[in-house]
This record gives sequence, C-alpha cells and structure tokens, in this order.
Amino acid sequence: MAYDKLIFELSKEGKKAYRLPPLDVDDIDVEELIPEEYLNKEELDLPEVSEVDVIRHYTNLSNKNYGVDTGFYPLGSCTMKYNPKINEDMSRLEGFVNLHPLQGEDCIQGSLQLMYELEKALCEIAGMDRMTLQPAAGAHGELTGLMIIKAYHEKRGDSKRNKIIVPDSAHGTNPATAAMAGYKPIEVKSTDKGIVDVESLKEVIGDGEDIAGLMLTNPNTLGLFEKDIVEIARLIHDAGGLLYYDGANANAILGRARPGDMGFDVVHFNIHKTFSTPHGGGGPGAGPVGVKEHLVEFLPTPMVEKDGDRYYLDYDYPNTIGKVKDFYGHFSILVRAYSYILTMGRDGLKKVAETAVLNANYLLSQLKDDYYLPIDTLYKHEFVLGGLKGDNLEATTLDVAKRLLDYGFHPPTVYFPLIIREALMIEPTETESKQTLDEFAKAMKEIAEEARTNVKLLKEAPHNTIVRRPDEVKAARNPVLKYEG
Amino acid sequence: MYPYISITPEDEQEMLKAIGLASVDELFEDIPEEVRLNRDLDLEESKSELEVRAYLRELANKNCSLDQMTCFLGSGAYDHYIPSVVNHIISRSEFYTSYTPYQPEISQGTLQYIFEYQTLICNLTGMEVSNASLYDGGTAIAEAALMAAAVARKKDVIISKSVRPEARRILKTYAHIQDLNIIEVDIAEGVTDLEKLKSLVNDDTAAVIIQSPNFFGLIEDLEEAAKIAHKGRRTSFIASVDPISLGILKRPGELGADIVVGEGQGMGIPLSFGGPYLGFMAANKDYMRKLPGRIVGQTEDMEGKRSFVLTLTAREQHIRREKATSNICSNQGLNTLAATVYLVTLGKEGLREVALQSTKKAYYAMKKLTESGKYKPLFNKPFFKEFALTSDIEPEVINKKLRDENIIGGYDLGQDYPQYKNAILYAVTEKRTKAEIDRLSSILEGI
Repeated sequence: MAYDKLIFELSKEGKKAYRLPPLDVDDIDVEELIPEEYLNKEELDLPEVSEVDVIRHYTNLSNKNYGVDTGFYPLGSCTMKYNPKINEDMSRLEGFVNLHPLQGEDCIQGSLQLMYELEKALCEIAGMDRMTLQPAAGAHGELTGLMIIKAYHEKRGDSKRNKIIVPDSAHGTNPATAAMAGYKPIEVKSTDKGIVDVESLKEVIGDGEDIAGLMLTNPNTLGLFEKDIVEIARLIHDAGGLLYYDGANANAILGRARPGDMGFDVVHFNIHKTFSTPHGGGGPGAGPVGVKEHLVEFLPTPMVEKDGDRYYLDYDYPNTIGKVKDFYGHFSILVRAYSYILTMGRDGLKKVAETAVLNANYLLSQLKDDYYLPIDTLYKHEFVLGGLKGDNLEATTLDVAKRLLDYGFHPPTVYFPLIIREALMIEPTETESKQTLDEFAKAMKEIAEEARTNVKLLKEAPHNTIVRRPDEVKAARNPVLKYEG
Repeated sequence: MYPYISITPEDEQEMLKAIGLASVDELFEDIPEEVRLNRDLDLEESKSELEVRAYLRELANKNCSLDQMTCFLGSGAYDHYIPSVVNHIISRSEFYTSYTPYQPEISQGTLQYIFEYQTLICNLTGMEVSNASLYDGGTAIAEAALMAAAVARKKDVIISKSVRPEARRILKTYAHIQDLNIIEVDIAEGVTDLEKLKSLVNDDTAAVIIQSPNFFGLIEDLEEAAKIAHKGRRTSFIASVDPISLGILKRPGELGADIVVGEGQGMGIPLSFGGPYLGFMAANKDYMRKLPGRIVGQTEDMEGKRSFVLTLTAREQHIRREKATSNICSNQGLNTLAATVYLVTLGKEGLREVALQSTKKAYYAMKKLTESGKYKPLFNKPFFKEFALTSDIEPEVINKKLRDENIIGGYDLGQDYPQYKNAILYAVTEKRTKAEIDRLSSILEGI
C-alpha cells in the first residue's frame, strides 16, 4: 500500500518540530504592545508534527514524483535536460544566498559583477544589445517584451497599433500575453509544411497600420526552423511593427544561429529550459529579455553598469517601462545559469545544440514506422507525431502517453501544438544517451504493437502507477481545493 | 566529451547514418545561410567544475554575506531563521528536477504538497481558496488588481501610499497596459488616511489595496478600510500581508478582505539577493474561477483512491489562450514546497512564537534605540517587527558607520518618501539577540 497521508492527518497535540532560544529581552505581554483589537485570539490552524514526521512525510511524497534525475523526460518545448549539480551548489554559496537585496552597493559587488557578466554572455548568445534579468519566467518575459514594444510605439505617438500577430502553432502564453498587454492577438496560419504561411501573413498584416508586432518561436513548436524568417522580419518591419522572439526552443540553435541576426527586436530566454536550471515542479524559472539598441531606453530598471572596477545599479532610464518585478529578478536561478554557461563555454553550448538536434532526428528515425509523421522533414530539437499509425485504431495519443508510464518513461507533451491531430511532441534534449533513446523507441514500438493486438492494455493504462487516471472532470465539477479535515 | 552530454563520437556516426545524413552540419542546413552564425560565440572556452567553482566562489566572496554581518534591514525581505529540514526536503531531486505536474500519475508528490500549501495559506489568511503561487509579493498585488478590475469591469484602483513603494511601482507598470487608473491614498501619521480613502471610494472603484503591517511596519485598521472599500459597488478589498505577522495578528479573512496577497519569502526562503521569492494569493470562493495561476484539486482515480490533479484549468493560458485571466505559466513551484515545509515545521505554536519574539525584540530595540533621545520614533503607532527612527544624521552616514562594524543598517526612507528625510526603517526578526540590539544601540549612540 502506497503512502497516502496528508500532513494534517499526522498532527497530534503537543508534537513539535521546532525550537527557538528563550526570549532574551523583556517579556512584555503582547497585549501591552499591540492593541487587542488587532490580535488573533484563536489558536493557529496549523498542524502539530515532529521533525521526523516532516522528513518522512515529504520523503514519501518525493517518492511519488518523477524527475529528470529519475529518468527520460521527453516533454516537447519544455527542454527537460539534466540539471547539473554544481549549479545547485553555486547558488547556495553563502555570499550569494545570505545576501539582502537592499544592502549597500559596496556589499553586493560580487552579485552585481555576476549579473553584469551574465547579461553580456546572454546578449552574445542571443545577438542582442542589452538584456534585463528581471523577468521571473518565460511568460513574464513575454509580458515585459510586449510592454517594451508598446512603449516604443507610444513614444513615437503611434497609437493605432493594437494588434499582435501570433502563429496558430504558438504556445498558449503568446496570445494570453498579448491580451494581457492590452493587444488583440491575431492568428496567422501555418502552411502544410508547418511553418508560417508568408502569403497568409501578408494578408493579416494588410496595410500594417494597426500591427504592433509579431511573436514567433524559432524553431517553432513543431520543431521546424522558420526558414522564411528574413522575409517575415522584413514584412513586419516594413509595416512598422516589431519582432518578438519566444526563446522556448532556443536550445536548438545555441552557437549556430542567433535571434538578433534573424531580425528580432526583442528576445526572451527560458533560463530553466535552455540554461539547465531545474524546473522545480513548475518553477521558479527566469525569463531575461534582450533588446536591440533602439529599445534599450525602455528596459525595466535597474540595469547593472560598470564604472572602472565598480559595479552599480543604474535607475537612470527616463523612458523605462518601470519595474516588472521585486528587486532584480530570480538571482539564485541566474547564478545557476551562469555556472552552466561558464561550464559549457562557447564550444560546449554549440555542442548542446548539435546534440539536441541529432538526438531528436535520430529518435524520429526510430519511430516513424509506427507513428504517423504529418510532416516528414529535417527537424531541430523536437518533432511532432500525429498519434499511432494505422486505420481504425482505438488507441489515442492519451492512451499511448498513459501506457508509457508503465514502461517507466515520462510521456511527451500531448495534444499540442493544436494544429496537429493527436499530437505527440517529443524533445529528447542533448543530455540523453543513445541507449536511453533506443530504450524509449523500443517501448514506443511495443506500445504500437499492443495497440494493434491488445488495445485494452493501453485503454486501461497505466497499470503500475500509484494512482491511475485521476478523474479530472470530477475535480473541476466539484472543486475540493483544501483539506477540510 | 562534456559531462552533461552522453553521445559518443561513435554514437554520433551511427545516429547520422540512421537519419541518412553525412555530417552534423547537414542537420542545420534548413537554417538560411544569411542567418547562420559562421563564427564562434564570443565566450570563453568550456571549463572544469574545479575552475567554475573557484571563479564563482571568488565572486560570492566579494559580497558581504549575512553570515558575517548582523542584519537590521527588512523592507520587504526578511532575515528569518530557516530550519534545516527545509533545505533537505527541497533538495530532493524528485521534487526539484520535475516539471509542472501535468501527468498526475507520476506527480502526486508535487500535487499533494501544493494541495497542502493551498490549505495552509487558506488557514493562515482565513480565506476560502488559494492558488499555487505567483512570482512575488509585488506582482501578486498587480495580479490581484487586474483580477479585481476584470471581475468588476472597472478601471479605478485605489492603493495606499503606505504599501511598499516597489510594489506600487510594479502595479503602475501593469496598470499601464490595461489602462487602469491608479489612485494613491495619502498617509496620516504613518497609516492610510481613512478619511481620504472614504472620499475616494465610489462606484468606479474596482479595488482598494492596503498593506498591513504596512511598509513602515505599522498595523493598519484593515477592518475599517474593508468597510469603506465595500461602500463601492462590487469593489474588491485587497489586503497585502506578511504571513509571519499572522502568527499573532487577526486573519485578514475575518476583517473583510476579499483577496489576500503577500510575499512569502519569510517562510523558509533565503534572501538570495532578492529572489526567487514567493507570491501568494488567496480569496473568497467568488473569485475561484478568476484566480490567476495554477490550482490543485482533490479527486479520485479509477480505483477510487484519493488523488490530486491540476484543476479549473479553463482559467489558464494553455487552454483559454487570449481569454485567459493571466498569462502566468511557470510559477514558484519549489518555493511553495519550502513554505509548506516551513509552516508545518513551525506548526501551531512555532509560528506564533516566531511572530511574538520578532515583535518583542522589535519593541525592545525601539525602546533601546530611542532611550537617549538622539533618535526619535517617526511614528507612535503599534507595529509588528519594523519601526522607523529619525535623527539629525544622514542615513548614509549611519549605515556606513554600521557597515564598518559589520552591521547591515536599516532602510533609508527618504529614498521613497521625501517628507521622511533622515528616517531609517529597522527590522528585527526572531534571529536578532539582545546583545546584537544593544551593540547596534551603542554604535548609534557613538555616531
């Protein structure tokens, strides 16, 4: 029987997991310090457990999880690469971790230097002029980027531009960000080859007067390089718009191509994807945003500058969009990223992209006999299959994903991008060995065979996990969002 | 070979053959010639672990770590004690190397701790629903304002000038893109001027935002502010609170708050030069289907076993795209685990004890530092763990002197409030000792 307790169910009056030193100042009754009307008279509604309870409980919970350290995690567009351990150690160095953000500048020179150097490295990798490290995640980077685009148009008195073009293959965050930034997202269709349809783009642009910009992921969510990018950039720029690069898939092009050289004006990187920092079960990540020279004046403040040997925080940006986040960003995530960039260097980063692309195309070559491949071409770091091959198969992509759990793999991203039916989006990343890829391909082939001969195995999968297909409809219809005892 | 790349040169040849290509270069032939990078990146060459460690240690050592300093600085980030268990649990790689729990069968660990976190936040704040976190306290205020404006379909947001200045700057940045009008209420003797607030609330008011304890550490009258806010039609009352203060202060849910947000850094998350921290958001049930970010719900699996899933996803960007409530995707994941472990480790009595000791030590420090009359309290109002002192000496001079004595001094209020020139905001947590406070006092007396 798997462990099935909630921490609240371990609580027993009188247990303690914590002890403070005795109070060493005058022990005045709190009612004499703070008026009673502000004070909580009731007991706190928190559990009472021992330290042993805490450790056993969360260790048991961790055993119900699957991480990159557990095994292969080919989630498309999520870049679940291995998280190097030295990065964790570096982020916990005393001088980094026990540092208050508002300490005087002479006390934080090491952190400022790290941010300064990281910005330079990221700018070089992206082909951009300056970069803010403030955004907390990819979506936050997108929002910051669109704020910058908005500020650019506003400064020019160009107030008619209220639309952002987004391809139909885009991540959900792109249209959501455009709407949040006060724009109307307009969809542009993809061709049957899976890339932006330039003719359709021209139609969407029209006379161009209301186009603020275009958001594009390149390689896109199908794993395809947008080969018409130069033409796309020209069309958008001619219309007076700006180009936004969603860096979710930057792992494919490190050291091989740069968004800045493709014509992008604004770029974000997902530090937790491309630069190996852990996903942490959903965060925290970081989403630095780079811009070309003509947009530097709008960056959020502060920026880190250098004067001789001294580093300082520069707030002197009169046209800044303002602050987008508390303090200076997710510093300890940035330490991990810099540790990774130093480790890999110019040669290693290029090798990352090359191996990521090699792994993806190799894995594809092993799967296309059994799985439908809607677009048969050269891919970058990921590829998208359209479910199982064959007619009248009962098994869906969801069934394949659930069956993969029995084989000990994390399933790929499923049912995304929306333009491919029964999509299975597979991104192996560069950190996986050929043996792992072969084992995964073998499992996928066996599952395809099971779909043909014993589909019940798929339909009822997973069989070996601690829970099996939890009822999501019930959860949404009758929400239980906290423990009620 | 590189330690994190597992393909050998022999593998590479075999794999290229399987693909039907002759070289790695051919894998990149779809990138148009004109945008290929035909040079090496201008970065240093790859390095060994030993070299990277030595260099980053050198940078870290250029900072003044709080291990060598005594910290009386707060202003939104606090030097509370973090029990050892927290780091041990968040260092389990099954937690930190996992992704967002989209596959519930192999993510019950993450899903359950988020469910526990939501429960703890609701219990602490006195609210009915909590999301699974936002980036930080500042953006949580902005997201709450956007949500309130969307719910009420109104544009005016009233915020007190006693809310942390940086949070107000973030709100202004966010407000601009949604065309919200931000109206700031003045302060009187360090707290929100409720008479002024009364005169500002009307039927166009989407939200009223008050922080308590406020930026100066003073306890605001949330109950009265809520009553005033609710004079508006469908006006949300948003309270931003320090979760540690809820060890002793009344829960905002009982005082009339509709939405409660705050910075959770104090709950087991290190200062780390400003991030990553933890934004939390809890609300009344009415807001359940409008909350930004992820939410975990309890359900049953095929065999009727209790299990947990991400739920109410129709609110979120990956389903609703341009109609989503917010664009947030990655959130603070692992930091919610830190906060969860912190809260259950402290438990019913521990959190109260941390809050009580912080308060009692802060009052002791206030008394001690003002004894001679050289430094005077800026306000005479009840506070939690921070208080402001004013004197004839410039804060820069004071903090420089303290720095020489290995003390991180307080926050110079004149930076944000010109009317409080020469005022410094000190923070005292349970970690400070009587000896440290006495030493601070004697150095201040000597300036």
